[in-house]
Amino acid sequence: MLNERMIKQLKSIVGDQYFRVDQEALIAHSYDGTPMLQALPDGVIYPETTEQVSEIMVIASQHSVPIVTRGSGSNLCGGTTPLSGGIVMVMHRMNAVLEVDMENLTATVQPGVITGQFIAHVEELGLFYPPDPSSMKISTIGGNIAECSGGLRGLKYGTTKDYVLGLTAVLPSGAVIRTGGKLTKDVAGYDLTKLLVGSEGTLAVITEAILKLVPKPKTKKTMIAMYKDIYGAARTVSDIIKAQIIPATLEILDNATIQVVDDFAKIGLPRDMEAILIIEQDGEPEVVERDIASIYEICKQQQANSIELAQTPEEAEKLLTARRSAFTALARLRPTTILEDATVPRSKIADMILKTNAIAKKYNVNIATFGHAGDGNLHPTATTDARDHEEVHRVEEAFAEIFEAAIDLGGTITGEHGVGVVKAPYLEWKVGEAGIEVMKGIKAAFDPQNILNPNKIFAKQGKKRVVIQHG
Amino acid sequence: MANTNQLKQPNGNADHNAAPAQNSFGKPNIEHTNPLAKTLLEKLDYDQLTNCMRCGFCLPACPTFKETGMEPASPRGRIAMMKAAVDGLMVPDQQFQDQMNLCLGCRACEPACPADVKYGQLIEQTKEAIEEHAQHSLPIKLIRKTVFKSLFPKRSNLKLLGKSLALYQRSGIQALARKTGAIKIVPKHLQELEGVLPSASSKGVVERLGTFVPAQGEAIAKVAMFRGCIMDVMFADTNVNTVDLLSAAGFDVYIPEAQVCCGALHAHSGEMEQARELAAVNIDVFKALDVDYIVSNAGGCGALLVEYDHLMHKDPRYAEDASWFAERVIDISSLLVQKGRELRFIHDTGAEPASKVTYQDSCHLRNVMKGASAPRILMKQVEGAHYIEMKESDRCCGSAGIYNVVQPKMADSILEHKMEHADATSASYMLTSNPGCLMQMKLGIDKYQPSQPMKAMHIVDFLHERMVLSKSK
Repeated sequence: MLNERMIKQLKSIVGDQYFRVDQEALIAHSYDGTPMLQALPDGVIYPETTEQVSEIMVIASQHSVPIVTRGSGSNLCGGTTPLSGGIVMVMHRMNAVLEVDMENLTATVQPGVITGQFIAHVEELGLFYPPDPSSMKISTIGGNIAECSGGLRGLKYGTTKDYVLGLTAVLPSGAVIRTGGKLTKDVAGYDLTKLLVGSEGTLAVITEAILKLVPKPKTKKTMIAMYKDIYGAARTVSDIIKAQIIPATLEILDNATIQVVDDFAKIGLPRDMEAILIIEQDGEPEVVERDIASIYEICKQQQANSIELAQTPEEAEKLLTARRSAFTALARLRPTTILEDATVPRSKIADMILKTNAIAKKYNVNIATFGHAGDGNLHPTATTDARDHEEVHRVEEAFAEIFEAAIDLGGTITGEHGVGVVKAPYLEWKVGEAGIEVMKGIKAAFDPQNILNPNKIFAKQGKKRVVIQHG
Repeated sequence: MANTNQLKQPNGNADHNAAPAQNSFGKPNIEHTNPLAKTLLEKLDYDQLTNCMRCGFCLPACPTFKETGMEPASPRGRIAMMKAAVDGLMVPDQQFQDQMNLCLGCRACEPACPADVKYGQLIEQTKEAIEEHAQHSLPIKLIRKTVFKSLFPKRSNLKLLGKSLALYQRSGIQALARKTGAIKIVPKHLQELEGVLPSASSKGVVERLGTFVPAQGEAIAKVAMFRGCIMDVMFADTNVNTVDLLSAAGFDVYIPEAQVCCGALHAHSGEMEQARELAAVNIDVFKALDVDYIVSNAGGCGALLVEYDHLMHKDPRYAEDASWFAERVIDISSLLVQKGRELRFIHDTGAEPASKVTYQDSCHLRNVMKGASAPRILMKQVEGAHYIEMKESDRCCGSAGIYNVVQPKMADSILEHKMEHADATSASYMLTSNPGCLMQMKLGIDKYQPSQPMKAMHIVDFLHERMVLSKSK
């Protein structure tokens, strides 16, 4: 509980209506997009300026009260669930695109800007902001920066980290730091910009960002290749990369995912196929033509049953929008969907799919797989029911083994969703004991009182890695 | 701030469940002391509550979230509160009830939901529970009783209302009330609504056309018209025009006289039992006619009619017939486009450039009856008219049944944004497919005065006026 004095202080900063401790506000900020996690905060605050954020942090430090920042609450690793109580800071009111600099090709934005709206805005100006997480219709740029979100265009264009040039951020003490700038080169000290990207709200509150924009590709072409054999699809992915073609998008959907996505989007996906690949290339017209023709040949060599080109941009957009619904659409099968984002080097995609399917069989759980095959970032998704504790336990064991398999293949436990609380027990498997210690040291340097999103990233107790005999 | 608030342990152990002990996969096993919580537990479909996995895809579709920017005013927030009330994490207090009542019931969140959560059912179950415990003040009780028990279910009373309203409008009392300022004793938003009331009539479609109008030419199919209660008193001309269009497109049209109110206003206000009683009457009446289609020209009515199967699924006497009924319900525009003989419409603007026409979706026609494309196809067929899509035409206009009467502030805020988009189309005609939306559009035009003259019309009336009779194939 917060004491009366603190409540009064916070209300005087943002105004009565923007600091709430009523039941309704607490319940509606007790969750994010992560299944099976819920915890009530003690208050919810909606700041409007960097100065307000700074004043709030001073008060929070004085009272040692946790601050959990969030945008739209679409986080998938429990990162924005207030598991240690405290105050949820919603960044929605800071939602202005402050500037699009046509000379430097940068945009300066507040954290509450909705990603999809921002992308549409810069595209109208003939520019392009590539990071496109599937939740972009609701996700905020601030949330994307905090999690270093990826998306469908990751393999060719990189992820959020590759587009953040500078940040304004408030430290727990209330001090405001400005990192980077409208600069392509800047080696003045440690790269705090990159450090804050993906820091999951544990180091500072981001209140402004300078983003890199690129010219909008002149043209794009989208195709769909259908397979009776999922490994044929996976091998196609490796073959495309081996041929030194880097498509803008290279997505895979397995049969279970195809079915539910089509139930939702009703665009006539082939329900009898074991897998489809959605492939998009953008750029100069002649390059796009040439690449698409080469990809077509590779698909045929890998026994694709059918290959179709989207006839209009609308048709292509529908296909990609349908793909973006996959995670939620899988909830049509069972009420709870547990989605992970284990990532492997892209040459290992076929191996990873094989392993995932074997693990699902071993633990007798349903795992649908879709994801960004082209950059090795898969989304194995277990469909289950939170009320079935025994099954959920098996799902957890299966995922532990999937993380293990990913690391064995030279991969990681999370490619784009973040560690949060869900993957905290496994972090050490990836970064090692010394890695954890360095990260804890960084956390302490920024946040000595441990009030910013406490108990995230670092587990109280790591999960013991069981060495499994593969063979 | 230790973990006192923690409802759940973070991942890493098996105890993931925030909710209290449960009957295997069913509802939580919990004895609520709060009477509303108890009723919510009883009425709410717990599986649907669990199906919401909180991805947030519904947020951009929700008008009240867009207006407030506050999570509790979103479908995800409301479902979380319903579940919290049932799970015993929150007391369903006045604030809870106000938040539920702030929902327009437009159901735009449903097509946006990849997980297929039936939000419409959840909000209806919640409102039904709230209504069971409502402590209405005496005047409100009286009004609800009059409206829900006497007015809408009984045609004779509706006709009487039509007559009185017609008398009020034509006798000069209306003019007098406005001139003397006597009208000012009612709240401002009601005055505004009074200003856009169409001319009422005590003569409905049956009184004018009888109960059967044959198809022109060979009949393609046999249809029954659902005349609606507001439609038949306030927009009887539209009903007559609907029959005309259907007949011209090749349908034999029956208008059963014994049909009653669809029950939508009851259902949206939590009076489910009465809604079911009305549904039972309608199902019997229409089943006896053995028609191929049941046609509605009001999205608000049609959406409930098309869900009679859900409304009656627990009633063994009616479950099967209700499905028969629901399968046949279709909106006039969809029927004309999908099954009717092609009609020709000409909008004669003389030498002028083509008139611009735009359209405001009826939420229930779009989100529940899935009938958003047919009206647009028809408008594009009108020669001499140029169809322009309005920005956010798929977003609720704020009318939402009686929402603009009971939630005037939010309704007006929504309407103001709506009229900005309407103005940007520079259209001369604003068409709709539902009486509530039509009156709201008239109100919006009246109040926010688009920069050029704009006329709000029901799409049926617009088409009927422009129909070329002789050349229909």
